[in-house]
Amino acid sequence: MLITFQIQRYDPEKDASPHFEDYEIELEPESRVLDGLVRIKTYVDGSLAFRKSCAHGICGSDAMLIDGEERLACKTLLRDLGAKPGGRIRIEPLKGLPLQRDLMVDQEKFFDAYRSVKPYLINDEPPGPKERIQSPAEREAIDEPTKCILCGSCYSACPVIREKNPEFLGPAAVLNASRFVFDSRDRGLPERLPALDRPDGIWACESKFRCTQVCPRGIKVTKSINLTKARIETLRSIKKKAMGDL
Amino acid sequence: MRREYDAVIVGAGGAGLYAALEASSAGRVAVVSKLYPVRSHTGCAQGGIGAALGNLEEDHPEWHAFDTIKGGDYMVDQMAARILADEAVQAVYDLENMGLPFSRTPEGLIDQRRFGGHTRNFGEAPVRRACYAADRTGHMILQTLYQQCIKHEVDFYNEYFVVDLLLDGSSCVGLVVLELKTGELHTIRSKAVMLATGGFGRMFKTTSNAYANTGDGPALALRAGIPLEDMEFYQFHPTGIAGMGILITEAVRGEGGILRNRRGERFMEMYAPKLLDLAPRDLISKAILSELKAGNGMRGDRQIDDYVLLDATALGKKVVEEKIPDIADFCRTYLGIDPATDPIPVQPTAHYAMGGIPTDVHGRVLGAGGGACPGLYAAGECACVSVHGANRLGTNSLVDLVVFGRRAGRHIADYIAGASLRPLAAGSEDGARDKVKRLKTGRGAHGGAIREAMQKTMMEKVGIIREGEEGRSAVAEIEALRDEYRGARVDDAGAAFNTDLLELLELENLLDLALVTAHAAARREESRGGHTRDDFPERDDARWLKHSLVRLVSGVPEFSYKDVDTSLYPPKPRVY
Ligand SMILES: Cc1cc2nc3c(=O)[nH]c(=O)nc-3n(C[C@H](O)[C@H](O)[C@H](O)COP(=O)(O)OP(=O)(O)OC[C@H]3O[C@@H](n4cnc5c(N)ncnc54)[C@H](O)[C@@H]3O)c2cc1C
Ligand code: SF4
Ligand code: FES
Repeated sequence: MLITFQIQRYDPEKDASPHFEDYEIELEPESRVLDGLVRIKTYVDGSLAFRKSCAHGICGSDAMLIDGEERLACKTLLRDLGAKPGGRIRIEPLKGLPLQRDLMVDQEKFFDAYRSVKPYLINDEPPGPKERIQSPAEREAIDEPTKCILCGSCYSACPVIREKNPEFLGPAAVLNASRFVFDSRDRGLPERLPALDRPDGIWACESKFRCTQVCPRGIKVTKSINLTKARIETLRSIKKKAMGDL
Repeated sequence: MRREYDAVIVGAGGAGLYAALEASSAGRVAVVSKLYPVRSHTGCAQGGIGAALGNLEEDHPEWHAFDTIKGGDYMVDQMAARILADEAVQAVYDLENMGLPFSRTPEGLIDQRRFGGHTRNFGEAPVRRACYAADRTGHMILQTLYQQCIKHEVDFYNEYFVVDLLLDGSSCVGLVVLELKTGELHTIRSKAVMLATGGFGRMFKTTSNAYANTGDGPALALRAGIPLEDMEFYQFHPTGIAGMGILITEAVRGEGGILRNRRGERFMEMYAPKLLDLAPRDLISKAILSELKAGNGMRGDRQIDDYVLLDATALGKKVVEEKIPDIADFCRTYLGIDPATDPIPVQPTAHYAMGGIPTDVHGRVLGAGGGACPGLYAAGECACVSVHGANRLGTNSLVDLVVFGRRAGRHIADYIAGASLRPLAAGSEDGARDKVKRLKTGRGAHGGAIREAMQKTMMEKVGIIREGEEGRSAVAEIEALRDEYRGARVDDAGAAFNTDLLELLELENLLDLALVTAHAAARREESRGGHTRDDFPERDDARWLKHSLVRLVSGVPEFSYKDVDTSLYPPKPRVY
């Protein structure tokens, strides 16, 4: 069927500001939006710039706004959008991160936030000669956050970052902190507090659930953030109590 | 960007990151990657990493090594396979200790499942050897290693594309990179360079591989005069989603999934009575093709793009959601079906390069004379140690990355302690600059059209079943496409984020590798592992038990051969 992709274009070497261009292409209802972009790049205009790699929703390269919602272009089929012959699909880059070119945004700030929460196992106790023991239930406690592919959709959708506080760490960074905070093998919460326990850290989150709604991996992001808030509060009250006991 | 390093690792997949971690203990190390590290293809690996932990049943590294050798149809260098199997065990413990969230047994040990070709006691029955984290094992390996690199403050240059290796004689002295953001070229001097650029499935039309899998490392080596090893051995995985190529992991069969033809028959009973659906991939892909040709595919039209069914309905909802949740998600997203209730339409998909840059067991690249090139290393899918021979077993690539990625990293650490930076000849960037200029003035076909033509030729003529005449016609077609490439056009005249130019550079690499693959396939007159010749259906140890090495000298291939190490298990007929 014939579909029009309405794509935001911006070339920093030529354009003062972004504008939209229309591309009419022939696609199937089962085609991915990414297939359409590749078709345009191959046969219509090779200068169209976007990121892509795995093409099946695992590498996190191609998050963008598709009809106004954060989605992975490779995981969004035309039929999911209810596209009809002659229909239009609007495609824009993610929000909240500096625009680079066409559908590409600068991800450095997003990854800086991720790195700031020390997203690695912290535990100085010697592990012994084999694996550390972890029960299936303990493993299950971190299952959701381990699915994150760092695509940036939640960061773009977050109303706090968009409207109030662009310095908020963002949902993905907090989620990835929770990946370790709730790992039975980790001992690193105190070391992560300087990044998390501050106004631009976890407390900027207002539980608006947009992250959870857009996450292409179906992660309950807000829930993980709230559990982490509760864990930090517990740690604080334990500390307070210990101080009071002195 | 710094211009001098003790070591530069090209590639931020499993192999590159592990090497970077090891080498960074000894000096200043940078990782250069055309993708953000977490976007690397290692993240797509689903089913598991093989290691004889014996957590659920008796298992031994010797059994793992034997399965690897037999699975590779005796083209495997056997001492290297022993190293792979022996060191896999500690490597998996190390990954766990770094934080990798493996799935667990009720006792809290790393859980293990069955995978194709992995057996108990030298072939008796399937064994539970694949350690896994649901069906995102590679994702967890990639994340864990990247996280460790963050912890150890390794320098990363993300979205820098390597365009040239700088050699002085056979020694590697640096490299030239193209910065995506600015379009600028930079020269980096380094005592050691390691290539860990992954596979090149994008040579074929239907593939499980990412867009970025364009074989840049092997192509750079080839252009530097280094021969590539065993390029005719390319693996087609039996179960890609029909029409799309997206992989459905073998773990689905490891958990009990069954392949069926249009009559509902479990056809693997006829081809591999003992291991059935857990036979090695080459046998299953060929079995599927035989079924399709016999009219037993689901459409029944005897075409090679027909398909069969992978039936996982016996697993039940709970197992599907716990053990293969991502597969369930792919099925829902791309097929609109639930694998717990509907069978999955599948067909073979181009998956893995057994061949590549020849190395020894320390990751040192072996040059034209067979000796190591000082300062040049390779590991991971772009390298050929050779532990996969003519057909890789499932779960053995992830093992290869961590075992040989780490070994290379360690060797680099030793090497840089004793080596010094070498001066570079003037004009190190000239070659790359001229190339970019030439491409930007091309007026011919757009690279995209050439790419699609190449993928079609390779799929149809250098695919699962090959034949001499077809192979030669593939060579002629690829040669014509390479000619066309010389005038190819870039639509994008800009400097910043010129992805059009980048894709054209990747296409050059794919075309070079396609050419040597087609030549190598036409030349090997036998059938072995992933290389099947209609006109030479038998394995021929007398003539062909040898690794091929191919160089490209002004577009013309030069072949030589080297012995296979068969010091542990003498070659035997392969039955399953
Ligand atoms: C869908 C799928 C599932 C799989 N499942 C399994 C499994 O369950 N078990 C298993 O053992 N194996 C599996 N494999 C195989 C395995 O995942 C790969 O072989 C392996 O991950 C390759 O890792 P690598 O480190 O060699 O390269 P990759 O992870 O592919 O990384 C390559 C790196 O090189 C960089 N690079 C490439 N070219 C350049 C350049 N010119 N300049 C700069 N950087 C460059 C890229 O940016 C990237 O960082 C699977 C493969 C696929 C496709
Ligand atoms: S939480 Fe979800 S939306 Fe956010 S980065 Fe991770 S995968 Fe993307
Ligand atoms: S291309 Fe990898 S997530 Fe879409």
